[in-house]
Amino acid sequence: MSTAANEETRSRGKAPAGERVADWADGRLGIYALAKSNMRKIFPDHWSFMLGEVCLYSFLIIILTGVYLTLFFHPSMNEVEYHGSYVPLQGQLMSEAFSSTLHISFDVRGGLLVRQIHHWAALIFLAGMFVHMMRVFFTGAFRKPREINWLFGFLLFVLGMFTGFTGYSLPDDLLSGTGVRFMEGAVLSVPIVGTYLSFFLFGGQFPGHDFVARFYSIHILLLPGIMLGLVVGHLILVIYHKHTQFAGPGKSEKNVVGMPLLPVYAAKAGGFFFLVFGVIAAISAIAQINPIWAMGPYRPDQVSTGAQPDWYMGFSEGLIRFMPGWEINFWGHTLVLGVFIPLVIFPLVLVAIAVYPFIESWVTGDKSEHHILDRPRNAPTRTGLGVAWMTVYLTLLIGGGNDLWATHFHLSINAVTWFVRIFVFVGPVLAFLITKRICLGLQRRDRDKVLHGRETGIIKRLPHGEFIEVHEPLSQEQLHTLTAHHQYEPAEIGPLVDENGVERKVAGTQKLRAKLSDALYGEDSQIPKPTVEEYKEITSGHGHH
Amino acid sequence: MKKLSARRRHPLAAVVVLLLALAATGGLYSAFAPASKAQADETAQSLTIEQGKKLYEVGCASCHGTGGQGSSDGPSLVGVGAAAVDFQVGTGRMPAASSQGAQVPRKKPTYTQPQIDMLAAYIASLGAGPEVPTKEQYGPEGADIAAGGELFRTNCAQCHNFTGKGGALTDGKYAPTLEGVDPKHIYEAMQTGPQNMPSFPDTTMTEKNKKDIIAYLNAVDGSGTENPGGLELGGLGPVTEGLFAWIFGLGALIAVAVWVAARTAKAKKS
Amino acid sequence: MSSQDIPDENLPAEQEAAHGAVGVADEKNPFANPGLPPHEHRIQDTDERAAKRSERVVALLFTVSMLATVAFIAAYVAIPSDKSIFVFPIGHLSALNFALGLTLGTALFCIGAGAVHWARTLMSDVEITDERHPIAAPADVRAKVIADFKQGAKESAIGRRGLIRTTMFGALTLVPLAGVVLLRDLGPLPGTSLRHTLWSKGKLLVNMNTNEPLRPEDVAVGSLTFAKPEGLEETDEEFQTEIAKAALMIVRLQPDNIKDKRELEWSHEGIVAYSKICTHVGCPISLYEQQTHHVLCPCHQSTFDLSDGARVIFGPAGHALPQLRIGVNDEGYLEALGDFEEPVGPAFWERG
Repeated sequence: MSTAANEETRSRGKAPAGERVADWADGRLGIYALAKSNMRKIFPDHWSFMLGEVCLYSFLIIILTGVYLTLFFHPSMNEVEYHGSYVPLQGQLMSEAFSSTLHISFDVRGGLLVRQIHHWAALIFLAGMFVHMMRVFFTGAFRKPREINWLFGFLLFVLGMFTGFTGYSLPDDLLSGTGVRFMEGAVLSVPIVGTYLSFFLFGGQFPGHDFVARFYSIHILLLPGIMLGLVVGHLILVIYHKHTQFAGPGKSEKNVVGMPLLPVYAAKAGGFFFLVFGVIAAISAIAQINPIWAMGPYRPDQVSTGAQPDWYMGFSEGLIRFMPGWEINFWGHTLVLGVFIPLVIFPLVLVAIAVYPFIESWVTGDKSEHHILDRPRNAPTRTGLGVAWMTVYLTLLIGGGNDLWATHFHLSINAVTWFVRIFVFVGPVLAFLITKRICLGLQRRDRDKVLHGRETGIIKRLPHGEFIEVHEPLSQEQLHTLTAHHQYEPAEIGPLVDENGVERKVAGTQKLRAKLSDALYGEDSQIPKPTVEEYKEITSGHGHH
Repeated sequence: MKKLSARRRHPLAAVVVLLLALAATGGLYSAFAPASKAQADETAQSLTIEQGKKLYEVGCASCHGTGGQGSSDGPSLVGVGAAAVDFQVGTGRMPAASSQGAQVPRKKPTYTQPQIDMLAAYIASLGAGPEVPTKEQYGPEGADIAAGGELFRTNCAQCHNFTGKGGALTDGKYAPTLEGVDPKHIYEAMQTGPQNMPSFPDTTMTEKNKKDIIAYLNAVDGSGTENPGGLELGGLGPVTEGLFAWIFGLGALIAVAVWVAARTAKAKKS
Repeated sequence: MSSQDIPDENLPAEQEAAHGAVGVADEKNPFANPGLPPHEHRIQDTDERAAKRSERVVALLFTVSMLATVAFIAAYVAIPSDKSIFVFPIGHLSALNFALGLTLGTALFCIGAGAVHWARTLMSDVEITDERHPIAAPADVRAKVIADFKQGAKESAIGRRGLIRTTMFGALTLVPLAGVVLLRDLGPLPGTSLRHTLWSKGKLLVNMNTNEPLRPEDVAVGSLTFAKPEGLEETDEEFQTEIAKAALMIVRLQPDNIKDKRELEWSHEGIVAYSKICTHVGCPISLYEQQTHHVLCPCHQSTFDLSDGARVIFGPAGHALPQLRIGVNDEGYLEALGDFEEPVGPAFWERG
């Protein structure tokens, strides 16, 4: 016993320094148990699986640059006279927030670069989350066991929007101040409590002296704190669930095929952080963003045309721009529907996409885990709904920039607004129908490929004069990949009268469920994939072409 | 000499002589013409008005009426002043195409500056109105750029954008970009309020105010204006920034991601 | 699920799972999963010279990064922050920002590119298969956890001692109220503050541009002027809050162009004064078209007709712009004849 123990201590004593440090840490943190399951964790290779990394890294970049900016920014609305180096504003009255942002931009060396990196990274962060969310949606990666992670991601997107908006408002320039004024108007439109909410938010009447300081603590502490927690949770779940993968040879629901974390993904993912940072830094060297000096300090009686929020709030701007001016007055009260309806639709647009996974899983009643991704064509109704949602979102985004569409395409702003008013209802229906049709067409093509092989483009003339195109049979890899998807059959309510002739009552929700199931998986919503029998019948001996 | 006389009867000789004669006349005219300016101002003025009237009758009268009284196709020009003419014709807006859209666009001027001056003199003779500003009025000397910025944001930015990039008005009308517009024309536009633009007469916006505004505009939207951060992206604010972030920002990162995830070239199978 | 509803076997999920185990195609299943294709070597795996080349490329990228960082520091030290340069096709820009951004971008990008190139060409690219395990715990674990929980709940007696349970939930529900109450001083109560502005009878209309009171003869037909109430200065503590309500837009119309009777009554010789604050969400509306007499809001395109009581003719605003009744005092200056008769700016619940 004692010799064995001695041997162990001796071998540890001889171990290289790195191992000894690791031993020390393991004795206190238990890192070996953690590393055992994770050091050679497998990640599949696909460019679209890196969209989430774009978000993660731009988030880190935002935090790094944001901390730097806090060293110089003064979140105060005290009025000061500007005497910095930007000549066209010298002697002007402005808030300290605005003048310190000018100071960062013109007098702190590299300050402008960090400001621009911070802002560009924010726009890219939100754009990355949007594309990442769409990737997850269209490939069905939100299915069990990943529903909660879908919600984490969705929350990150929504919180990212508000963190962005509060940050955009901090410099107290004429553009962002106009945005804050809009926000005040929107809060005022809330029935019963709106006026009180507005007074509590702004510390009295708009603009007051408080909102920059309050937005500051929300922007740098409250929201990013919550987001950081969600990001950590999101990542832990990604590692715990292991990554999804596309169907292919060697891949199944029970495995994950790819490269190990150490060394390949440590290098690729670690390297990707530097690549993202490098690209954003280069963009910030080349392209100017939010030139607050050109906009001037905020004054509630001044405005510029082209007053828009950053892109991620653009769809809410579209909502507010296309509304008719409805207002109801009764019993000494005003219901400002023209502002309040968009305020209500705003979260509903977002929630619509967030709840879809739960509706789908309720309709299918599917309790099994899904780790093989769907090709969007193999879920035509889901894909159609996703594209319809994106159409609504994009139409509203166009509506949010209707004045620029008008000036740059020589249109009437009223015509653009009317187009948005109509297309926001018609567009998604068209998009749904067209997308579904395309998906079904692609499914049909896949089916033909499996049954008849690949069209080679070689034309052959048969002895009796007929021309045919030579079809090349698919390899087993391709046959498997094209038939690997699961096809649901629509739910049936079952006989309404049981064997004893007693009528069965079926709840309305179940009837709805059967209807939805038919819409998702009925005859018109998917092309049955070829069965083994069909394949054998065609391939055996008939000399198909 | 012999050679010359020998060719005197050449068929082309007449042409050569004619050309020489023309050149000589032109040279003489250009040599003596400035001298005629020394004549009395009064006569020159009435001569200019007379010439302006002729130009007017050819180019403008069909819409604005033979005496500038206006018609169903164009407003009365009595009392609009020389500044309005100098602006409208000098920016090429007038003469307008017969079938105009929501508003008459700026285009290459049809008349030369001396012709515009004649037209302006004629219209000014119909009724008193703002005069064409002088260089001292719109030049940068003695202007307060920062004050001009505040004035610009109060009076101009709502239509023309923070730095004068222009913007939309109702039913297809628009406030045009102020980039590359002659300061004189900007001054005249403020004085006279062309088309749907309101006027900012000296009684409510002083000459100094206008000078400041023009100086500010030159500082933030001039040919030498610095955009410290790089590409201005049209100076239109978050919409173009968002487009840039999507197309070039996310686009570049996705291109990089495709490279990171792509398979490395395989050795040829032997 | 209750028996009256869709029987489980009729639900889509109960169809067989599509993915068979890895196997070779045979008579029975020509679509079977053939398993991972055999690994193919990269050029770098078979050719040591190619591998050496890759190594040099990676090292070169890392070296470029080091040089770029040195250049970054040099640029920081050497380039003054107000130096402007012309770069085609970007235009005039800050030399410092351009230099710092490009060197930092290069320094970072080259680290990333080096690491990725290393991973792609020199690290093993043999695909590895990892087994997945069900996320849900096996039945025995589940049974143990449930039993433990029940045991714990039983030992706490929370189910049995209802008084404790009720009072505990009561205390936990009430205690956050302390936090809510603390938020009360975030702002004062609205009261009637949104109904009043600085305007009152006899206050002169002061031109924003000149800071001088306006006379009727100053205001020409077709012109646009902005005004503030006499006595309000930009240096005032509450300037922003007051101007946010009091900002005024003054235009002169031909009196016979004014269609609205009250508008004509409240005007002076065709001079009308309207609130500059949009009734939609409060943008300073002032895109005045002098020929159509329309004002457009640049934020959400609400359009008002100033010749017809500033009624809304397009866009999301719900009611007309408030008009200020004006007249002329003994000295010939324009003056207000009172405050606005209705609240200016965006509508709110108590507006009525």
